[in-house]
Amino acid sequence: MSVTEDTQPVFTGAVLEALQAVLGRYPTKQAALLPALWLAQRERGWISDRVMAEVAEVLGLTPAYVKGVVTFYTMYHQHPVGKHFVQVCTTSPCNICGAEGVLKALLEQTGARDAGATSPDGNWTVIEVECLGACGFATPVLVNDDFIESVTVEKVPALVRKYR
Amino acid sequence: MGFPHQPHPKETVVLSQYFGDPDARTYKGWVKRGGYEALRNALATAPAAVVEQVKESGLRGRGGAGFPTGLKWSFMPKAKTRPHYVCVNADESEPGTFKDREIMRWTPHALLEGAAIAAHAIQAEVVVIYIRGEFTEPWAITEKALAEADAAGVFGTIKVYLHRGAGAYICGEETALMNSIEGKRGNPRIKPPFPAVAGLFGMPTTINNVETLAAVPHILNRGAAWYRGLSLSNPQSTGTKLFSVCGHVQRPGNYEVTLGFPLKDLLYDLCGGPLPGRTLKACIPGGSSVPILTREETEACLLDYEGVVASGSMLGSGGVIVFDDSTDMVYQIMRLARFYAHESCAQCTQCREGTAWTTKILERILAGQGKTEDLDLLLDLSENMTGKTICVLSDSCAAPIVSGIKKFRGEFDAYLAGARSPVPVG
Repeated sequence: MSVTEDTQPVFTGAVLEALQAVLGRYPTKQAALLPALWLAQRERGWISDRVMAEVAEVLGLTPAYVKGVVTFYTMYHQHPVGKHFVQVCTTSPCNICGAEGVLKALLEQTGARDAGATSPDGNWTVIEVECLGACGFATPVLVNDDFIESVTVEKVPALVRKYR
Repeated sequence: MGFPHQPHPKETVVLSQYFGDPDARTYKGWVKRGGYEALRNALATAPAAVVEQVKESGLRGRGGAGFPTGLKWSFMPKAKTRPHYVCVNADESEPGTFKDREIMRWTPHALLEGAAIAAHAIQAEVVVIYIRGEFTEPWAITEKALAEADAAGVFGTIKVYLHRGAGAYICGEETALMNSIEGKRGNPRIKPPFPAVAGLFGMPTTINNVETLAAVPHILNRGAAWYRGLSLSNPQSTGTKLFSVCGHVQRPGNYEVTLGFPLKDLLYDLCGGPLPGRTLKACIPGGSSVPILTREETEACLLDYEGVVASGSMLGSGGVIVFDDSTDMVYQIMRLARFYAHESCAQCTQCREGTAWTTKILERILAGQGKTEDLDLLLDLSENMTGKTICVLSDSCAAPIVSGIKKFRGEFDAYLAGARSPVPVG
């Protein structure tokens, strides 16, 4: 998938205002790093090296430091992902309730095929994640910010149709 | 109540009374149910007296360690010379645990009220609630509740902020959580100094779990003696606790019982027992970081801090994972080891290497390529992963491995002897 990166600054207008509100809370600028990365990801869909450099500039950090933090946390995308980013829990409690089958069905029916890969139409990226914290509602699946409980193999076709 | 199921008569409903009731999420709805009275009264009481009440109640931390809450609060400096902080650990990520999520989804004001009471008790001006990044729904609901409570001015001079995690189990470790708020990688810190001396931004800090704080308004409203009286087996474990039950039971969900409740009754009566035609094989009673219990141990276990230890495990977070006779224990122990390998922050060698190598060895046993000495090697590695690192993540990886080999050795031996078909591990 070829990507044209938006080279305009992220932190302008309303996004900058949102960041400034966070900066007002804490005694250090650095404490606004995770919130700043969330804001940037919401705007651009992922965190590019260029965005990391901008975040570093705005918060008075080095780009290398920002990259070290970005790479520690699993939810910041260091590459563009599909329009629908799907996270499937396969940790033990969900695993014994059929999570691996749900993952397989999602990979097949979205056309993403391999975990972490994006479908050729650019619509879907499906990944396997560790515990989503909803073990009594196996299998939980996150589609972007929609947290969907109790997904079974049988429910996958309807789920895929809903977002298609 | 047994959310998402009907309440069971054997439950003691305190924290979960309004689970499933959307009106309780609103500020007006919460006030109508007696909400924020405890905070109003607390703000008119001397901080030390509030700490004393919580001490008297016997409340212990519900996040996993079970440390007495009032005692923790009393460690904060009495003389106020620097800013004080309250951190709320809402990074619920322990496999098997999903109770804080329900508290935030249905009774966010209980958490906000408890957190503000804690802030008053330890003389903090700021509360930071750290919510795991994947909890999109609890975040949205708590954010809305906070905006409403702020607009009503109930917190006085106390500021309450939400801070979003970004995918890292280790940030549920208290000092890793503080580093994460500070905009750092979530590496746990060496202790001492403990947070009451140098916590968030190096300032005196108290960190409590969501469920712990949600219990505080009830204690202030109904009295420490009432809470202390909620105890079935021993006076060191008081109050009610939410148990998240998942895996192979008929009605998984959150159930609230008085501490000391029999695990057998929780699983067979409240949760409806094993799935049709199945029998219980094993149970992890306190989140994936604690030792596995056999069926016999499970059926004799009392759910309080000391009772679960006597049964050979720990109460932990109260995340109960149930495995029936269809379960391949070797495969599930590998999945748990893989979880810890994925979540290791990698600062300590024993953890970084130990979690990765135990996972690889378990994978090779499952693939039919195990060697006879592999079980001893796993136990040796586990020994080196226990009690030797900055935090307990590697101990947590070792717990299911050691208890699994000890209690379900036959299943490991079957793979090693080629008596069981190899399992593809992806």
